[in-house]
Amino acid sequence: MLKNFFTKNKLIKQTQEVKSKIIDNVPKGLFGKCSSCNNITYTKELKNNLFVCPTCGHHMPISAKDRIEFLIDAGTFIEYDKKLSSNNPLNFEGYKDKLKQDMKKTKMNDAVMTGEGKINDLPVVIGVMDSNFRMGSMGSVVGEKITRAIEKAIEKKIPFILFSASGGARMQEGVLSLMQMAKTSAALEKMSKQGLLFISYLTHPTTGGVSASFASLGDINISEPKALIGFAGRRIIEQTIRQELPDDFQTAEFLLKNGQLDMIVPRKEMKDNLTTILKIHSL
Amino acid sequence: MTKETNVIEELEQIELKIAELKKFSIEQNIDLSDDISSLQTKFKTLQKTAHERITPWERVKLARHIERPTSLDYIRYLFNDFIELHGDRLYGDDEAIVSGIALFQGKPITVIGHQKGKTTKENLQRNFGMPHPEGYRKALRLMQQANKFNRPIICFINTAGAYPGKEAEERGQSEAIARNLREMAGFTVPIICIVIGEGGSGGALALGVGNHIFMLENTYYSVISPEGAASLLWKDSSKAQTAAETMKITPPDLLELGAIDGIIPEVLGGAQKNIPLQAEYIRNQLVKSLTELSKLDKEELIDHRYNKFRVMGSFI
Repeated sequence: MLKNFFTKNKLIKQTQEVKSKIIDNVPKGLFGKCSSCNNITYTKELKNNLFVCPTCGHHMPISAKDRIEFLIDAGTFIEYDKKLSSNNPLNFEGYKDKLKQDMKKTKMNDAVMTGEGKINDLPVVIGVMDSNFRMGSMGSVVGEKITRAIEKAIEKKIPFILFSASGGARMQEGVLSLMQMAKTSAALEKMSKQGLLFISYLTHPTTGGVSASFASLGDINISEPKALIGFAGRRIIEQTIRQELPDDFQTAEFLLKNGQLDMIVPRKEMKDNLTTILKIHSL
Repeated sequence: MTKETNVIEELEQIELKIAELKKFSIEQNIDLSDDISSLQTKFKTLQKTAHERITPWERVKLARHIERPTSLDYIRYLFNDFIELHGDRLYGDDEAIVSGIALFQGKPITVIGHQKGKTTKENLQRNFGMPHPEGYRKALRLMQQANKFNRPIICFINTAGAYPGKEAEERGQSEAIARNLREMAGFTVPIICIVIGEGGSGGALALGVGNHIFMLENTYYSVISPEGAASLLWKDSSKAQTAAETMKITPPDLLELGAIDGIIPEVLGGAQKNIPLQAEYIRNQLVKSLTELSKLDKEELIDHRYNKFRVMGSFI
């Protein structure tokens, strides 16, 4: 009986493997698979739904370009510093190749897109990180672009919105990555003293050096359902404290409960919500 | 034993020999000045190579040395009338950070530092110098107080990193660090930061936004621990030694990258060999720095700090 039991398990496992193989074989680009419920949706339909799974409501990661398209009034976006890129300051082996690969993949020069535009006619400076580029990690370029964007917002006296999506500081640029945390935070201090609004939007995932700098410093901190947000990695914490962590640990909901977020906003309500906040601050 | 230790042992032997010869020459009234001076030359040459020959990993080991002087050690030698102040007024008192007010060369200052222990018992009490959010919030409270009373802030950095724990996350470790970075940028008093041991990532930087930043000679300052880097890069934490070299984490590296202002020399063999003397080296730098920064007015101090961090980074 015990033997049969194992065979059955094996069979189930095989069926699952076949199933996922079929799913993996679906032509890329045409369909999108939800990483939460595995449901397959037309990419077009997914995009219309702001990359939120129509079946389970899972918020999938989206590119910086898509986020800006969803949020900024058509034809109003002007990108800043598009060409800024890393010069591999530590001469880190293999880093240049990895950058090249991600540049090709994302058509971006680094992990953040910055610029200005309008949200329902209200002007903003905006930065959107893209987790497809080196996991959205922050090196010199990300730090510099964000700092320049903040300085632009100060100059123009308009609000700054930043969507973070990052695994943290970029290891390959060593201590220079670490210092970007101070640089961006110092710029936000300058901006804050001018009485200007900073909205931090912490999207999946926002961890490490990014969560421990500008992402936590919004006048208003917003997140999306179930986004992962935290300082230290789950595995590291489990190793340190030698106990298992609750399932909702470091989710947006966990942070809201612990007083670290102002609100969690479903992506579909993102634009309306931001418009209201911007409007209140513009009067 | 490592090469470096051999050099240090050799130096100690020469030093002893010189002392012996001097004693002998006085006692016996014999002129040995030629021998003594040749030994002294040898000592100086060897001393120079000793400082140059030390590897990044050896620096990391010295930075973590169990007998390495802590913030409280330096506070004892550098300041008068030190009064420790406790608590963040929000949650608790984190003993991984020590802070208080004192006099330095007769003038009031606020001093804040990571605090490690030298025994297991002490380390448990100090959580191995790895702060929780309340530690950073205590530091912030003390810095705000310093700002109010217009006294310079001196920060001693010595942590493997902010504590990675469940409660730390619940109480907002990220927010606590981030807020310190922002607030430190806005204070109108001189801030001087000195890495006296480990400069572990964001947990170190949270006391590190200063007008002047120095590192003792045998310390490191890094975005990730050498072990962490090794396990991420090569899935093998035992390659920490290689990572220590690749990641460019030593004082000369940071000076070259423009991340620090200078290196404070260490007594031979590491700061733990002669704490009072090491404190004197730190005192010299503090006096110089405070004199320099006292020439700046409140707004200039903010600008000075801003411009310092503004230029950090490298890109095309």
